[in-house]
Amino acid sequence: MSEQVLPLAAGRRAAFSWRRLFEREDVFSWTLMALPLIFLVVVLGYPFVYGIWLSLQDRPVAKAGTFVGLANFARDLDDPVFWRVAFNTFFYTGVATLLKMVGGFGLALVMNQTFPMKNLVRALMLLPFIVPTVLSTIAFMWILDPSFSVFNRVLISTGLVEPPGPSWLGNPTLAMASVIVINTWRGLPFYGITLLAGLQTIPPELYEAATIDGATAPQRFWHVTLPLMMPVVYIVTLFSVIFTFSDFQLIYVLTHGGPANATHLFATYAFDIAMGAGQFGLGASIALFILPALALLLIALARYMRSN
Amino acid sequence: MIVEGRGFVRKAMRLWVPLALFMIFTLFPFYWMVITSLKPNAELYSRKVSPLIVYHPTLKHFVDLLSETNFLLWTWNTMLVAVISTAISLIFGVMLAYPLARMKFAGGGLIAFTIAATYLVPQPLLFIPMADLINRMQLGDTLTAVILTYPTMLVPFCAWLLLGYFKTVPIELEDAARIDGATRFQTMYRIFLPLCTPGFISAGIFAFTLSQNEFLYALIFLTSTDVRTVPVGAISELIRGDVFYWGQLMAAALLGSIPVAVIYSFFVEHYVAGLTSGSVKA
Repeated sequence: MSEQVLPLAAGRRAAFSWRRLFEREDVFSWTLMALPLIFLVVVLGYPFVYGIWLSLQDRPVAKAGTFVGLANFARDLDDPVFWRVAFNTFFYTGVATLLKMVGGFGLALVMNQTFPMKNLVRALMLLPFIVPTVLSTIAFMWILDPSFSVFNRVLISTGLVEPPGPSWLGNPTLAMASVIVINTWRGLPFYGITLLAGLQTIPPELYEAATIDGATAPQRFWHVTLPLMMPVVYIVTLFSVIFTFSDFQLIYVLTHGGPANATHLFATYAFDIAMGAGQFGLGASIALFILPALALLLIALARYMRSN
Repeated sequence: MIVEGRGFVRKAMRLWVPLALFMIFTLFPFYWMVITSLKPNAELYSRKVSPLIVYHPTLKHFVDLLSETNFLLWTWNTMLVAVISTAISLIFGVMLAYPLARMKFAGGGLIAFTIAATYLVPQPLLFIPMADLINRMQLGDTLTAVILTYPTMLVPFCAWLLLGYFKTVPIELEDAARIDGATRFQTMYRIFLPLCTPGFISAGIFAFTLSQNEFLYALIFLTSTDVRTVPVGAISELIRGDVFYWGQLMAAALLGSIPVAVIYSFFVEHYVAGLTSGSVKA
């Protein structure tokens, strides 16, 4: 390599020091990171700040905004629909996360045994997670169709329900239950496969020792498996909660927030106000209610990163 | 014999029964997609025959989908956007992750945390200001709008995933190259990056899958039929008012899932490795 020829002539000292400069760890690092960081500040940082600015304005679409201070937030808090949406968001996130965690643990424990074609089964199990959400939600729309629901037809044929069967997306309680189950369907593989990887890192000697000490299977799970799995559980929950809390696609396609706002979440409600009603400022203020939950999770993430 | 029988029951209860239930729960919607897309309308809307099987399979819905809608164009758009935004995100991801994984400099920890944080920022927090900005830049209804906005979620994601991967690569080869007089850039480009192919495949598949899955920005920015992606096209053009073209919808859902499924099936081990590195969104 020609760059190695040393020492350099005195006349080339300027070029030489440029190169030396670039070899410094901090200069090299910032030079390399500059372009992507500028990109992120422009396309992510700026919209974020601009979103906060929008939430302080009365800003109908295609018109100039006027500064109104916190009036949009005051309006949100006076709006009974907003409170319904807030309740829905927490309920949806809480129940779906719980179901995914319990189901995911179940799936991981089942998959942690030896059986033929395990890799194929694992690959198939992950399908709900990789197939685009909108497309799988379309399938669920048809499964729960008011007139031709295959689910109802199977239930009716077993005699469990009277024809025509429940209207899954037409009844507020059933609609909420349906979107929670479908969210679980999509997220379960992520939990299952990640927890499975966690299970496989637990040394078998620990189970043997516990068994010799007379521990039953539930005791082994509670006192050996669970404590060792806590880091995995923590990080999986952290990542899953924020994306469940801000879910949009599933609700938008399946129920559009209905019936009677029973399944509206912050994201879909903000969309309706901003894009449907054309009130950008008010919509931005609703979307910002996702921020406190995100902030809490970021604090949790910071603690996690520090402890590692 | 009794012991064997009890062993079998035990195994069935612990493994086969729950496994079968999980499989049915997971895969039934896909079975239903396939079945529905193959049924003629007479069977689709009949209450007399069992819905679970096809009596007279037909490809009519697929033919209609491909000939009467812009489905192929939507697929092309989806692919184009996914490939370009994945490429941008991988390159930017390396540029961020390498210094963070290997160099010591003031502010490194803060940048790493900020990247993890921006990766967690959900789209719904940003789409309203983003829509306003895209409109002002007159980029509405162009693929540029989504090519520009998808990397906002993909760059932090790739950087974060690659950062985790880079830290697992032994540093000795780079040290040796430095001692031999290679510059920092040469060390990264010639020595380090070729070692990281598995990491790039993981990050690349995830970024590609996420772009294929993206819906919110595409819904807002792409309003005319010739720039739409598959999810937006299917939702806006195969559902007209109260009329649902179920056969075509299912054919679209099935065909739209195939590219991701094929790529995934080739690299499933990389996908699982990336997933279990504990840094992936659900």
